[in-house]
Amino acid sequence: MSDDYNLRGKVAVVGVGETTYYKHGQSADPEFVLVLKAILAACADAGLNPKDIDGFCSYSNDRNDPPRLANALGIPELRYSNMQWTSGGGGAAAAVQNAAGAIVAGSADVVVAYRGLAQGQFGRFGRSGGSRPVSGAAAYTLPYGMMSAAQMYAMRTTRFMHEHGVGRDAMRSIAMACYHHAQNNPRAVMHGRTLDEETYDSSRWITEPYRLFDCCLENDGAAAIIVTRADRAKDLAKPPALLLAAQQSGGHRSGATAENTTDYVTSSFKPAVKYLYKQAGITAADVDVVQSYENFTGGVVMSLIEHGLCTYENADEVLTFDNLRADGGTLPLNTSGGNLAECYMHGLGLQVEAVRQIRGESSNQVANAKVALANAGPMVPVASTAIYGTQEALG
Amino acid sequence: MSRATNEPHLPGLRQPAPSNDGLDAPFWEGTRAHELRVQHCTACGVHQWGPEWMCHECNSMSLDWVTVDPVGKIYSWQRPHHPVHSALTDRGPYIIVLVELPHASNIRMVGNLLGDPMQEIEIGASVSVVFEDREGDPDFTLVQWEVA
Repeated sequence: MSDDYNLRGKVAVVGVGETTYYKHGQSADPEFVLVLKAILAACADAGLNPKDIDGFCSYSNDRNDPPRLANALGIPELRYSNMQWTSGGGGAAAAVQNAAGAIVAGSADVVVAYRGLAQGQFGRFGRSGGSRPVSGAAAYTLPYGMMSAAQMYAMRTTRFMHEHGVGRDAMRSIAMACYHHAQNNPRAVMHGRTLDEETYDSSRWITEPYRLFDCCLENDGAAAIIVTRADRAKDLAKPPALLLAAQQSGGHRSGATAENTTDYVTSSFKPAVKYLYKQAGITAADVDVVQSYENFTGGVVMSLIEHGLCTYENADEVLTFDNLRADGGTLPLNTSGGNLAECYMHGLGLQVEAVRQIRGESSNQVANAKVALANAGPMVPVASTAIYGTQEALG
Repeated sequence: MSRATNEPHLPGLRQPAPSNDGLDAPFWEGTRAHELRVQHCTACGVHQWGPEWMCHECNSMSLDWVTVDPVGKIYSWQRPHHPVHSALTDRGPYIIVLVELPHASNIRMVGNLLGDPMQEIEIGASVSVVFEDREGDPDFTLVQWEVA
């Protein structure tokens, strides 16, 4: 990867903002208001005027479009707007990547990556309904009772466990680590709700092989991340979290319908990781803390393997509760509580938490964290992943 | 190799309709005739599922539909317990299987595994098609599976 064509260290996250995170359907604010509040909070965090924003990036067909946001905020020059296509939250790191790309290209100076969800206003992910006929890809699954996200990604995990003989213990440890971290995080929806081994093991099946605690939450709220040039970042309110690398990928025919993607047992990160560490100029061993998107715990196991943080052979030994804890673990994971226990903001909260770790502001701070990895959307057709670092990590 | 039934396995879910661009109409016409028809490239011979306007292997747009043996092997499975649709509320667990068709370029199809919903499921097991004829608007036929 040529230095001329590498965004490494050229841009930084300078502001992060989140609304209160609510259980699904419990936000009194409409979704658009939640997004505006998150953007204002991110600007305040950065010490920037909201009118400094000149670009917007989102994903997953976010309903709150840049022209309306720019109008509401009174943005004088809307220079850049961007939508990443994927399903689920696979675009959370990609939205930051696209913001960074716009800045490096000179298309904009201050870009906000954002996501808002109000499931009371717009309907739940985990619930299907209706009686109208379905056609196309949905016609090959929905009449057979395969329609929710858990159902769309369960069979990959079954096959993964079958091919590699790993998974259940690691899945339990991942869920327990998320809940453990949420207990120190007052923003977390599951703050005050602990999870032990027995509770996990006796929890009901959603769809085998996923138990209740293998599945992400559904929430209302919004999050926003402000990205700008690294040289400008130095003068702002908070220490910059430099973007060392960001990639997105789907493998061969990852978008094939009816589960016909060529490499079925994958979190979709294999092509992205080929470029990720090379771009960042580091190896997997340099990563101090990991935020790995949990739509379902089985996808996290695959993601960590594909990111080189453990192997198919040692996953069950490495991915233990003790190793995944911020307080003393060798591979601290999802230190905010993540999508399982902090909030399911389609994964943007995991990017925010990676920034907090680089700043030293996490409620489960990993001592001396210099490199934080945050990925998004395992198993979806296009997943994305990013590495943030301190000035020291940049070298 | 296959059989047909009039007994609905998961009644009340949304029924399939051919896509409005005509792409998969031959598949749904085939199931009504109790035949499993899938896309096939006339240039390179690969089978393709789900259907697309182009062969993913050689990029030819010359695709036809062929009837394949209605059998396969279980590639993966899941057993939903939590009802996500009102029609499933009192249904109890059911089984979704992903079936690989080794004789048709290893394409995979999604369906239900009929029989005891709590049966042990073996990856690699041979299964055969049960065409499930359903009343609807219009009538339609689903492709279900049972252990062969």
